Amino acid sequence: MKIVVPVKRVVDANVKVRLRSDGSGVDTDNVKMAMNPFDEIAMEEAARLKEAGLASEIVAVSIGPDTCQEVLRAALAMGADRALLIQAEAELEPLTIAKLLRAIVAREQPQLVICGKQSTDGDANQTGQMLAGLLGWPQATFASKLEIAAGSATVTREIDGGLEVVAVTLPAVVTTDLRLNSPRYTTLPNIMKAKKKPLDKVTVGELGVEIRPRLATLRLAEPPVRSAGVMVADVAELLAKLKNEAKVI
Amino acid sequence: MTALIIAEHDNVSLKSATANAIAAARRLGTEIHVLVAGCACSAAAEQAARQHGVDKVLMADARHYQGGVAENLAALIVSHARAYSHLLAAATTFGKNVLPRVAALLDVGQVSDIMDVLAPDTFVRPMFAGNVLATVRSDDPIKVITVRATAFEAVGQGGAAPIETIAPGPDLGLSRLLARELTHSARPELTEAKIVVSGGRGLQSGENFKLLETLADRLGAAIGASRAAVDSGFVPNDYQVGQTGKIVAPQLYIAVGISGAIQHLAGMKGSKVVVAINKDPEAPIFQVADYGLAADLFQAVPELISALGQ
Ligand SMILES: Cc1cc2nc3c(=O)[nH]c(=O)nc-3n(C[C@H](O)[C@H](O)[C@H](O)COP(=O)(O)OP(=O)(O)OC[C@H]3O[C@@H](n4cnc5c(N)ncnc54)[C@H](O)[C@@H]3O)c2cc1C
Ligand SMILES: Nc1ncnc2c1ncn2[C@@H]1O[C@H](COP(=O)(O)O)[C@@H](O)[C@H]1O
Repeated sequence: MKIVVPVKRVVDANVKVRLRSDGSGVDTDNVKMAMNPFDEIAMEEAARLKEAGLASEIVAVSIGPDTCQEVLRAALAMGADRALLIQAEAELEPLTIAKLLRAIVAREQPQLVICGKQSTDGDANQTGQMLAGLLGWPQATFASKLEIAAGSATVTREIDGGLEVVAVTLPAVVTTDLRLNSPRYTTLPNIMKAKKKPLDKVTVGELGVEIRPRLATLRLAEPPVRSAGVMVADVAELLAKLKNEAKVI
Repeated sequence: MTALIIAEHDNVSLKSATANAIAAARRLGTEIHVLVAGCACSAAAEQAARQHGVDKVLMADARHYQGGVAENLAALIVSHARAYSHLLAAATTFGKNVLPRVAALLDVGQVSDIMDVLAPDTFVRPMFAGNVLATVRSDDPIKVITVRATAFEAVGQGGAAPIETIAPGPDLGLSRLLARELTHSARPELTEAKIVVSGGRGLQSGENFKLLETLADRLGAAIGASRAAVDSGFVPNDYQVGQTGKIVAPQLYIAVGISGAIQHLAGMKGSKVVVAINKDPEAPIFQVADYGLAADLFQAVPELISALGQ
């Protein structure tokens, strides 16, 4: 079974982003970038399936500028066999990303695509579901447990009320939630090995996908800052404030 | 122009977030229809018909809508979508699961998690854990939207919209719900509660969360948690508040033993009053707290409980 894992390069989760002073975009100069954390979880899951003998090959795919090779190398160091960069300068919308991934699926014929549930920059939470829709495949989103059997997968999903278990036929799209696994740290030997693994490039045009933005961004703003209030000395003062000043209890 | 709201329900009653999504739709100035697809779901459809501002309820009743699986639901929604200018659902795990699939099948984009409606095609949505607010215009013929429930006050009841039964769509047989393990609690729903008490890694164990339960019961509060507390297995996953968990905006949010990471703040910054109890006076949570108490929680929380008990 072949697995495709789409990995996105995003601003590192520990960075509090700022807008450029002219408001034209997020200031990413000198900002630490990383693999989207949910995609690390997806890569880890794929690597474990391969180690368990349930997967034969893992192909990592990233869509973006040349700098995305960093996250592809990281994916290769985590256990991907091959990497594919779909070269695109502009930030693309989830629908376009999903169409590009559909084109990759047509070429690679995987049985499973494991996406992150959400990219931590755009916070869209759309791509995996869109890809599944375009392919006519089942989708198992927000996965916290994944079991593969012949022709099907059993997935535990994190939902608002708790958990649910679904069985989907393969091929399928799975999207990862935080509790699926803890991604491994890559070791130096694996990083060295990753440098020798194949990383191919393909353009959006070669995949025959038209880029047609559906959303126009009219304005970006930072939300009003919540200012720090007061420190109270003890529980008695806290309760007095909550009762008499804030009037919330 | 007409908007179609995809109702979230358990066949018997409507989830409250649907009433928030209806409220967002009312800001569009369109007619409003609500789709209730389920199995033996007439009670939920009747409740939808009572929501203020709803003009019509469409009910699709079939076994294969029982668990609200995305594949079958999306097929049904798509077959009716061309009659609508807008498709909306609350940005719950249900809405987030189904709507992007619908959007892709219609070849339109989706606007996720809107916090404001500026015009029928223009919305405000958060990015980067809520640190950037983007005003976006959708140029698609059908606007597919998920709604941040806390940003729109739920509509009330008292309406009496007609209910029209529609033919179910196909059972695609792609996915099957095997089991649901729902967290049961006598406390209010996390996303609806007026007061939320949340615990973090500082609680050290699931056992110690009993302390917060006692506090919550004294206050009539719901219980939330940080990712660290969930990952450590102290509490179930559906307690997680944050960028990638639940968004809450209660009157009072009490963060206990939570440091205040960006991702956590993203889920509770909209609370009216924030209280932080943390033994580290430098913890970032204090920067967003209206009232901060630098103290050991194992001392402060029992004190709070006994003071509230008087
Ligand atoms: C992709 C991604 C998504 C994420 N999504 C979320 C999310 O949705 N929600 C979320 O919460 N986090 C999320 N996180 C995690 C987030 O970055 C933090 O790691 C997490 O919020 C930390 O939880 P915490 O504050 O409980 O733990 P810590 O940061 O370890 O803080 C524990 C706090 O407890 C205090 N403490 C310890 N003992 C005591 C005591 N006895 N009395 C009083 N105070 C005490 C300490 O001083 C400390 O401030 C996400 C991270 C990533 C990468
Ligand atoms: N530019 C990209 N390159 C590769 N994968 C992506 C890209 N954008 C999104 N994805 C995948 O889609 C998932 C969900 O992203 P989103 O819908 O943007 O929240 C991510 O976790 C990735 O797995």
